[in-house]
Amino acid sequence: MRTAAASLDLVRPRSVDDALRSIADDPSLAPIAGCTDVFVGLNAGTFAGTRFLDLWPLEELREIGIRNGAISIGALATHTAIQESPAVVSRVPILAAACREIGGAQIQNRGTLGGNVANGSPAGDTLPVLAVAEAVVVLRSATQERRIPFTSFFTGYRQTVRRPDELIVAFELPPLDQVQWFRKVGTRAAQAISKVVMAVVGGERPRVAVGSVAPTVIRCTRTEAALAGGATFDEASRIVESEVQPIDDLRSTADYRRRVCGNLLRRFGTETQR
Amino acid sequence: MPVVGTNVPRKDAAEKVTGSAKYVDDLAFPGMLHARTIRSTIARGRIRDVRLPFDRAGYTVVDYRDIPGRNAVALIEDDQPLLVEREIRHVAEPIVLLAHQDRDALLRARVEIECEPLEAIFDPQQSVQVLKDLRIVKGDVDAALARTDVIVEGEYRTGHQEQLYIEPNGVIAVPENGGITVYGSLQCPFYVHKALRIALGFPADRIRVVQTETGGGFGGKEEYPSVIAAHAALLALKSKRPVKLVYDRLEDMLATTKRHPSIVRHRTGVTRDGDLVAMDIDVLMDGGAYVTLSPVVLSRGAIHAAGPYRCDHVRIAARAVATNTPPNGAFRGFGAPQTQFALEVHMERIAETLGMDPARFRELNALRPGDTTATGQRVEADCSALQVLEQAAQRSDFHAKRERYAGTNRGIGLALFFHGAGFTGSGEVTLASRAALATSERGVRILVGSAEIGQGTRTMHAQIVADSLGIPYDDVETALPDTSSVPDSGPTVASRTCMVVGGILQRCAEELRARIGDLHPAEHFRRHGPTVVTKQYEPPHGIRWDDDTYRGDAYATYAWACDVAEVEMDPDTYEIRPIHFTAVQDIGKAIHPTLVAGQIEGGTAQGIGYALLEEVVMRDGAMANAQMTNYLVPTTLDTPTMDVVIVETPSHHGPFGAKGVGEMPIDGPAPAIVNAIRHLGLDIRQIPATPERIAEAACVSV
Ligand SMILES: Cc1cc2nc3c(=O)[nH]c(=O)nc-3n(C[C@H](O)[C@H](O)[C@H](O)COP(=O)(O)OP(=O)(O)OC[C@H]3O[C@@H](n4cnc5c(N)ncnc54)[C@H](O)[C@@H]3O)c2cc1C
Repeated sequence: MRTAAASLDLVRPRSVDDALRSIADDPSLAPIAGCTDVFVGLNAGTFAGTRFLDLWPLEELREIGIRNGAISIGALATHTAIQESPAVVSRVPILAAACREIGGAQIQNRGTLGGNVANGSPAGDTLPVLAVAEAVVVLRSATQERRIPFTSFFTGYRQTVRRPDELIVAFELPPLDQVQWFRKVGTRAAQAISKVVMAVVGGERPRVAVGSVAPTVIRCTRTEAALAGGATFDEASRIVESEVQPIDDLRSTADYRRRVCGNLLRRFGTETQR
Repeated sequence: MPVVGTNVPRKDAAEKVTGSAKYVDDLAFPGMLHARTIRSTIARGRIRDVRLPFDRAGYTVVDYRDIPGRNAVALIEDDQPLLVEREIRHVAEPIVLLAHQDRDALLRARVEIECEPLEAIFDPQQSVQVLKDLRIVKGDVDAALARTDVIVEGEYRTGHQEQLYIEPNGVIAVPENGGITVYGSLQCPFYVHKALRIALGFPADRIRVVQTETGGGFGGKEEYPSVIAAHAALLALKSKRPVKLVYDRLEDMLATTKRHPSIVRHRTGVTRDGDLVAMDIDVLMDGGAYVTLSPVVLSRGAIHAAGPYRCDHVRIAARAVATNTPPNGAFRGFGAPQTQFALEVHMERIAETLGMDPARFRELNALRPGDTTATGQRVEADCSALQVLEQAAQRSDFHAKRERYAGTNRGIGLALFFHGAGFTGSGEVTLASRAALATSERGVRILVGSAEIGQGTRTMHAQIVADSLGIPYDDVETALPDTSSVPDSGPTVASRTCMVVGGILQRCAEELRARIGDLHPAEHFRRHGPTVVTKQYEPPHGIRWDDDTYRGDAYATYAWACDVAEVEMDPDTYEIRPIHFTAVQDIGKAIHPTLVAGQIEGGTAQGIGYALLEEVVMRDGAMANAQMTNYLVPTTLDTPTMDVVIVETPSHHGPFGAKGVGEMPIDGPAPAIVNAIRHLGLDIRQIPATPERIAEAACVSV
């Protein structure tokens, strides 16, 4: 059932430090960015929090830039800003591609990369990209900053290593020179939640990540090892089909998701390996 | 200057575009309370206890004991209670109503309902509770089938479909002058009026129903507003305050009506040359927990089940049964999309069996003027099945593309179909609708209960009246559909608002013209005061229908259409994308061509959703995906380019030759698309043809 609106509180920080102090004092504060996930949860009555910390005015968390050779993307960068960033488009075009397929224009204008990751849905479209890009999640609290490899960030279904007094402030993506590939399968052409979403990086050390086929986004390490060892794409696609752990749910079936994973990897092969 | 056939500005355009039009949730009354419905969470059971463990100060609470009249939603039968007394028959059945001034307080109130669950039935094939059955018999099917050498059989299934009007169901009930006034988003003010009369036990003149601007209906606001209006009225009477009851999307999807799921079986005899010899058709529809409109949905479905084809031996056995799911009800097309989906996919399979071109096979068998339908109705000169078929094949370059696409990821398919305008059988005679015209300072005012729900009722009626009177379009006004001041022109359903109600208005205009001579009605008003002309529906000459045998003229006339769908399959994801759509539809006369094209485009898009995307996932009798995130309707990006061709073969039954247009466009897209998928080599007999189903079929076909 719907959450009663009058029961909600909002704290508006003036700076990142101010925000960090607020959640240090009161870890029950839930950070909100574009609020595109939070509003859905409040409307459905599934979002537990009633006290919110509004990150939206914190301009410093929107920056996208190059630092020590890596692209650093502020947690508050919107999906639109990411698509428009020359650094992202030239270095990690698959991240721009993922952002282009999120919701529709309105959601892309509001929704943020930090929100997509912190929300922790296994169907989050940017997650497989961050996984194959071997991104680092930068977490900051009033007292310290931690850098967590993206692949260790999720611990279970919608569970992360983020502590209640921490904010995600940025993501760092090391340079990616290899061929990269992304595909979202959502059935409807816009405003669709992924049934399968896959990102692949080729080269010496191939990386394959899939969303919506397990409780969290997963890196398919057996498939990666097979590809690195010279397996054909037919062989690799059979491995990926056995490696993913999809379920039947409201949106699709396990059989379909498994089969599509295999097909997509084969398509990556035919589109990129000539 | 005549305006019929031109694209005059809509009467409601300025208000809707500028946002000043008032929908029910925009209205507020002094002292108004908000309301909430407490519903069952199990599909079948008996209520043992209802507890309200909260401080009831400030709350108005209503249950079945507060109903002054009969605890029934008055429709065809009175089997559906307004509020459950003891027996729960479906999930989301209303039990208790709450009202409070503060919405948050309403949300906080906890109501505990203790039930003894009983075994529920969800599979219509297992149900023994028949809501309606009927048979249509022409010739001798068994004897004819025994003589034919080619017999093709098949079973076809369609799922629920949600109307998904943009504005959910909502009403405000206001206690007034010792009675009650209900403002609401609705299609049929007089249905609500009758339901309130019976539920409240009030005389007719103490009940007033006013239609507010309505954000779409598609049939979903035909019968359901009677329920929600009575609920709000009960709370208003008890609290003596205005009460607003507006559903959110989740509640609307969970609790209100959907399109009837169907299972249709065909056994058809054909000669090797492709002549239809006999059609044996069995139709099963899932009515949900109560009768609602199932008998008439079934009847329209059955009458359309043999399609626009000539065949001497036809037997259609149809039944609607009860299951423990929320009642299914009216939805654009009203049974015909289900049965014509089955038939047109079956026709494709017959052509395939015979090795015959699908267009040629339909051409051989299509009805021509003078032929008879399954009910024995002789179709008149306006039967244009052959013309629309030929034109659609030409416009879409059907034959060339069929060859060009063969063996690729593209497919092309067509569907030929028809749709009867107006109520089925003797329905219009029983309804005996009335409409009126009154002279006014401006010119004339139209007095009808027909609802503008986005489709253009006000505009189209004004065009008919303007030309029939020979006055400018701007001099025609429309009264608010308010049961206290307009005659009952019948429900706004069944593609009848133009042909039937428009026809009565045309007769009103002719009589008014005769009465006022050459004067402009405004001038006549100034000189003589108001003049009102009221007319009643008159059945056309020579129309006969027998409700007992289902023989005769099922509709005054039919509209005819042919759709061609072109699709592309993604070989990796099994997603079917419609890439181009041709819709050739003969609707007699387009009073307002832009509005007509809008109906055809919108109906086609909704039909594409029905064919490919829209799946109501039922779990334990409840819609599990009652959100727009998970119940997918097509977006503009999912809708192909459309070539809409309006054909105008006039019917002498409608004003200026017009027939119905609202419903027919949703009959064709699903079979046309599934036939295009068949062209890809995939045997699909169930919609929606989701990628999951396509993947399964691809596995079998490869
Ligand atoms: C109509 C619609 C369509 C959508 N389509 C898609 C889609 O196609 N693909 C997709 O992946 N998603 C989709 N979404 C989901 C959503 O838009 C995205 O996940 C978006 O990126 C969330 O960002 P946000 O800024 O709005 O997050 P918010 O809603 O503000 O927050 C989401 C969660 O993250 C937490 N959070 C946010 N920022 C931080 C931070 N800096 N540090 C710590 N915690 C934080 C919040 O506490 C909350 O738990 C859709 C949503 C809607 C409503």
